[in-house]
Amino acid sequence: MIEWVNAIVQGILLGGLYALFAAGLSLIFGVMRLVNIAHGDLIILAAYLGLSTTTILGIHPFVALLIVMPAMAGIGYILQRGLLNHTLGGDILPPLLVTFGLSVIVQNALLEGYTADPQKLNAGAVETASIAVGELSLGVLPLLTFGMAVAVIAGLQWIFYSTALGRGFRAVSNNQDIAQLMGLNKAHVFGLAMALALAVTAIAGILLGVRTSFDPAIGGGRLIFGFEAVIIGGLGNSWGTLAGGVILGVAQTIGAKIDPGWQVLAGHIAFLVVLAVRPNGLFPRVEH
Amino acid sequence: MTIAALALIVLAAAPWWAGRADLRLSLACLWNLMAGYAGLVSVGQQAFVGFGGYMLFALTIFGGLHPIAAILLAGVLAAALSVPIAALIFRLKGAYFAIGTWVVAEVFRLTFAQISSLGGGSGSSLPVGIVRSLADSRSGREALSYWLALGAAVTVITCVYLFLRSRRGLALTAIRDSEVAASGLGIDIWRTRLEVYVVTSAFTAVIGGLLFLQKLRISPDAAFSVNDWTAFVIFIVVIGGIGTLEGPIIGTILFFLLRETLADFGTIYLMVLGAVAIVVMLKAPKGVWGLVRDRFDLELFPLGYRVRTDKKGD
Amino acid sequence: MSEPLLKLSGLDAHYGDFQALFGVDMEVAKGEVIAIIGANGAGKTTLMRSISGLLPNRSDQVTFKDQPIGSLRADQVAYAGIALVPEGRQLFKSLSVEENLKLGGTVARDGPWSLEAVYDLFPILRERRNQPSTSLSGGQQQMVAIGRALMSNPELILFDEISLGLAPVIIKSIYQALPNIISGGMTAVIVEQDITKALAVSSRVYCLQEGRVSLTGRVEDITRDQITAAYFGLAA
Repeated sequence: MIEWVNAIVQGILLGGLYALFAAGLSLIFGVMRLVNIAHGDLIILAAYLGLSTTTILGIHPFVALLIVMPAMAGIGYILQRGLLNHTLGGDILPPLLVTFGLSVIVQNALLEGYTADPQKLNAGAVETASIAVGELSLGVLPLLTFGMAVAVIAGLQWIFYSTALGRGFRAVSNNQDIAQLMGLNKAHVFGLAMALALAVTAIAGILLGVRTSFDPAIGGGRLIFGFEAVIIGGLGNSWGTLAGGVILGVAQTIGAKIDPGWQVLAGHIAFLVVLAVRPNGLFPRVEH
Repeated sequence: MTIAALALIVLAAAPWWAGRADLRLSLACLWNLMAGYAGLVSVGQQAFVGFGGYMLFALTIFGGLHPIAAILLAGVLAAALSVPIAALIFRLKGAYFAIGTWVVAEVFRLTFAQISSLGGGSGSSLPVGIVRSLADSRSGREALSYWLALGAAVTVITCVYLFLRSRRGLALTAIRDSEVAASGLGIDIWRTRLEVYVVTSAFTAVIGGLLFLQKLRISPDAAFSVNDWTAFVIFIVVIGGIGTLEGPIIGTILFFLLRETLADFGTIYLMVLGAVAIVVMLKAPKGVWGLVRDRFDLELFPLGYRVRTDKKGD
Repeated sequence: MSEPLLKLSGLDAHYGDFQALFGVDMEVAKGEVIAIIGANGAGKTTLMRSISGLLPNRSDQVTFKDQPIGSLRADQVAYAGIALVPEGRQLFKSLSVEENLKLGGTVARDGPWSLEAVYDLFPILRERRNQPSTSLSGGQQQMVAIGRALMSNPELILFDEISLGLAPVIIKSIYQALPNIISGGMTAVIVEQDITKALAVSSRVYCLQEGRVSLTGRVEDITRDQITAAYFGLAA
């Protein structure tokens, strides 16, 4: 019995990681209605940047965040203003096809640069440390990841609702033209939004890289997990995305408990079930 | 139409690469029908490619069917399967729909990887007896395989062409150009899209069966590979000209020409194709064929309706 | 006459292949209040969009304080000192009243207008400062839209059909507040369908008809008949 409780708890904590995958995705969708198919690959890019940083500078992965976060933010700003801004407009094809092309390019660039060998970030003792809660043993790293997810979502909420920057994001997502009239350069605002989103993916990437091994091909899977968390939770609701991530995580860990090969499949099935009975997600909010 | 006939002769006269080209061309035409005409951008068509392949193996090995019959039956099964799938993923819109198709493909991949009688995660080879049932000699099989592929391509292109000329096809173009106007005219958007999805999935499964009949070996990763069956296909269509019938043909030709120069079928080639596709999408959204058509006012397949204006008056 | 604050020279505005304005010439001197009248589709809103930068034109077709601004983006025009109260209010739906106003203050130019000053002008907004902007009545939303434009302390303020969709008593109260709004030397261009109201507060008028200026002159010099003819494009 306790093993099932353990599986559920592990699933909840895993949900934190998935919520981190999802956070950047839904931020961008909220501000500019763009779904970035390359999102998962950018998470992996961040993990590889973390790898190179830790290898070259010999620092701890969490310390490497201080470099990877600004780097990813910079990449995001340039990517948005240089490429993605030009796909925005009425037509659905350009953003889809361009971000798909970007996904393929990032994946293969990583393959060329780092080979297909699985890599892992080494965070030392924190990887195996655990805290005993009753009969359960909770890993410090999963707890940390979940805590980060909560902190990131809370932080993003704060930015959106209590700062001028967030006010700008919301205004631009409401009405691009009028926002421009008020002195906001939407190309710049979109660039900042993408920079923020990729800064979040930096956190997701480093935490992923510490937790499991990664290789250039797993980006698509991470995108799918983030996307499933968003859809299960409901569009337009950041905390809903956390809930969605948790549900996905729990579905996966329970599936794994039944048969290790079923982990990912169980998650997909949970997603499809939610899509069937609650197409708008469990906690949908009116789009802001 | 003469240019179309010429193109066909070119395709038919190049057996050493045409076998592969024809099947990819078919996949490209089908993806183009869904995305360029019906507005259903799928990054998960590999689901049906792999399904077709696995059905070929399953139906011949366990059902004792002749491979050709197995492949055709695979198409029917795929059509049936695509209906409940559509019922689910049509709830998603735009890019979310695209990712939804990817999830479906992943479900297929993970499910087939669990079926140990078909080789599980590492896959299996087509038994010798079944291979022999196609033709006795290796060259006989290759010839058969070639003609099947060519036949498939011709069938697909012809069907798509006839479809687009039909009322249904006109409805599709109307939906693509303006959903609001189309539904105002009484066109059932959902149903039209469903029909396209079902038909495309069925044909894609058939092509998948033919593909793995050529390869003689299947595994979940090969069957449901995003790169092989989706990335290349998408890039071919975008570069050639999405939303036009000629586009996929031009794209496939370019694809194989480029491959000769870049030699490697792998990462660099994909990156270059991807970059070219991005540039095309941003600068010349109608693709190479769009440029050619606008420049020379050509049309290989008469699909459009032109309004003649009297230049003198007006 | 000194250089006009705003000058339009042969302004042609296009939406894709469709031309909406044909060679519009217009001048607005500092401190003036100009009315622009015309039927629906005459091109009044297109004119506002062109001046404010939402619709790009050739740079020399719109001049502000002697600088060509015709091809500038809307945010650059805002920083130059022009604010627009857009047609239909167009408040930001997911922002509160106060957030809408604060957003208007993104362009932080010097001047008398601040959050408190806007609340003094429209006290009802102070009561509702934290409510979602969509929960306000039409008239109150119009006040927010006006306040939002004022927050940038513009030198030129454009009002696009502020009486549209509002009850007469509300329109009256807004127009009564107008002198307070455009005091202190602010220049204003008022686009209106309600001719009487527009002419009552302005010194000169332009009439647009199918994208062209069909009549212009000082308000006191123009007769009702002239306006009717120009409005509907009837031969004089």
